[in-house]
Amino acid sequence: MAWDWDKLKQQDQRSGGGVPPGVEEVLQKFKNVKPGGVWIFVLIVLAIYVGYSAFFTVALDEVGVVQRFGKYVRTVEPGLHLKLPRGIEKITRVKVRFVYKEEFGLRTLEAGVRTRYAAGEAYEDESLMLTGDLNVAVVPWIVQYRVKDPYKFLFKVRDVRNTLRDLSESTMRLVVGDRSINEVISKREEIAVEARTFLQKELDEAETGIQVKTIEMKKTNVPGPVQPSFNEVNQAVQEKERMVYQAREEYNKAIPAAKGNAEKTIKAAEGYGLDRVNRAKGDAARFLAQYKEYARAKDVTRRRLYLEALQDLFPRLGKKYIIDAEQKNLLPLLNLGQEEGGQK
Amino acid sequence: MNKGIMIGGIVVAIALLAAFGGVYTVDETEQVVVTQFGKLIGDPKTEPGLKFKIPFIQNANYFPKNLLEWDGDPGQIPTLDKTFIWVDTFARWKIVDPLKFFQTVNNVTGAMGRLDDIIDPAVRNFITSYPLMESVRRTNRELDTFELGLEQEDVQDRRHIGTVKIGREKITKGIMEQAQPKLAEFGIELVDVKIKRINYVEQVQQSVYGRMIAERKQIAEKFRSEGMGEARKIEGEREREMKRITSEAYKTAQEIMGEADATATKTYADSYGLDPDFYSFVKTLEIYRETLDEKSSLVLSTDAEVFKYLKGYTGK
Repeated sequence: MAWDWDKLKQQDQRSGGGVPPGVEEVLQKFKNVKPGGVWIFVLIVLAIYVGYSAFFTVALDEVGVVQRFGKYVRTVEPGLHLKLPRGIEKITRVKVRFVYKEEFGLRTLEAGVRTRYAAGEAYEDESLMLTGDLNVAVVPWIVQYRVKDPYKFLFKVRDVRNTLRDLSESTMRLVVGDRSINEVISKREEIAVEARTFLQKELDEAETGIQVKTIEMKKTNVPGPVQPSFNEVNQAVQEKERMVYQAREEYNKAIPAAKGNAEKTIKAAEGYGLDRVNRAKGDAARFLAQYKEYARAKDVTRRRLYLEALQDLFPRLGKKYIIDAEQKNLLPLLNLGQEEGGQK
Repeated sequence: MNKGIMIGGIVVAIALLAAFGGVYTVDETEQVVVTQFGKLIGDPKTEPGLKFKIPFIQNANYFPKNLLEWDGDPGQIPTLDKTFIWVDTFARWKIVDPLKFFQTVNNVTGAMGRLDDIIDPAVRNFITSYPLMESVRRTNRELDTFELGLEQEDVQDRRHIGTVKIGREKITKGIMEQAQPKLAEFGIELVDVKIKRINYVEQVQQSVYGRMIAERKQIAEKFRSEGMGEARKIEGEREREMKRITSEAYKTAQEIMGEADATATKTYADSYGLDPDFYSFVKTLEIYRETLDEKSSLVLSTDAEVFKYLKGYTGK
């Protein structure tokens, strides 16, 4: 890459210190060919050389940065352009619209509709960090960026990508270091926003010419060995809810039924009351009606009632013994015990 | 034709100069110090562009002008509170005085060695002089340790989180300020020093995990017992409610029945009270009718009212 200092040095040594092959050929020819013809030949070789290295195209998603003898002269937009030949002007293309991506604590294995990531142990160095409450969290994330200023991007920092990676890691740890483990797990959005702000500030200060598009937090978690216990908490939450719901269920099962039962008891009591009162009223009415007539002829009614009762009763009775009033000591003759339900 | 010769002459002249190293370029990212048999010649060339020197005799020495990175050797450092941690730092620097730089360290690789010698001890000094908290945290921002769904009371002071007096940013700044003057003599400007990674060393990590697990387990238990408590509460409520409902119903039923009994009693008393004697007469007859049947034997004397005529019609 163009900002690689070592390569640049080599390149410059080639054009500055070394002997370009074209020139060497010309020198050879210079000795052998007659004057006049030599100049035409030189001109043709030069023309081919210029034509070959003077035109260049810049693709739609890039800009071209032109340097003359190493010095920055201009930036050109996409299209066909002309420059001074090789050795004098040099073009470096920078993809300014392309969005680059750096991954931390994970690597994309296979991008697609359902992108697969490689995570876990291998990249834990990058993602393992201390939280503000001195716990350990696994925080993988992605930084998307593009080149904002091709000039700075090419010339101000030697290894922009590495600088970006180091700054991202340090920034993320700074942000996570000020949050509790709970916040790290549950407030990823907030962390991403803050980290992005910090990172952009750092990148601007370092003159990297990079603009951070987004920082996207992947699934933040606690380290592997601790995960079961975190899951246990989730389980416990579920368990708690389940227990409460079960108790409620029991409650809901029992209470309405009990209310119904209570209602039933009360209704039954009301029924009893109605029965009792009505019967009393009925009995009373009957008695009153009877009494009214009885009061008019007390004696005869009494007799009538008595005799009617006996008349009704006697035929239904079992054995009947009639004993003369004068007779004494009759009782031993009667074996009352033999008869069941004997009554006087 | 003359013009052609002129152009050709210039081209050949430049080509010759280039061929013998009389021309060199300085890139935007570079600066050059020209030496003659190892002796410095002129000022360093910090501006990019085409430059000239005497071929063979003079030599151009290239140095980067842009921001360079230094990556520290991650190492175990104990903090003031005796926790062993891994600290990985990096720094960014640039060559501000290529002459000094050339004289003292010669090249970038040489400079890296000096940076190691100076920054690493500075990092060590600072990390050891402060509790771990200071290197991890940046501000005294209130941490949200709220456990969702858990009643708060004792979670808050579950672990005492100390206050931060310095913070990571000031520590790294301190490291830089300590290292900066020592690097000036090499023509190096240290732009910043940052902590890339801080982690517990293996054994400490295990015990931290243990603590985290214990903490979680305790929280889980709390949830469970809370659930249990809540369930018991509801159970109790259910029992109380049941008793209340049944007893209230019993009470109401008894009241209703009592009232009815009272009404009935009054009704009976009001009517039967007119002639208690007649009432008992009628009722007694009714009882006879209901209780005596074919299984009953009856022994009656002729004195009885019904049989008084058996002895004669006069009926004495």
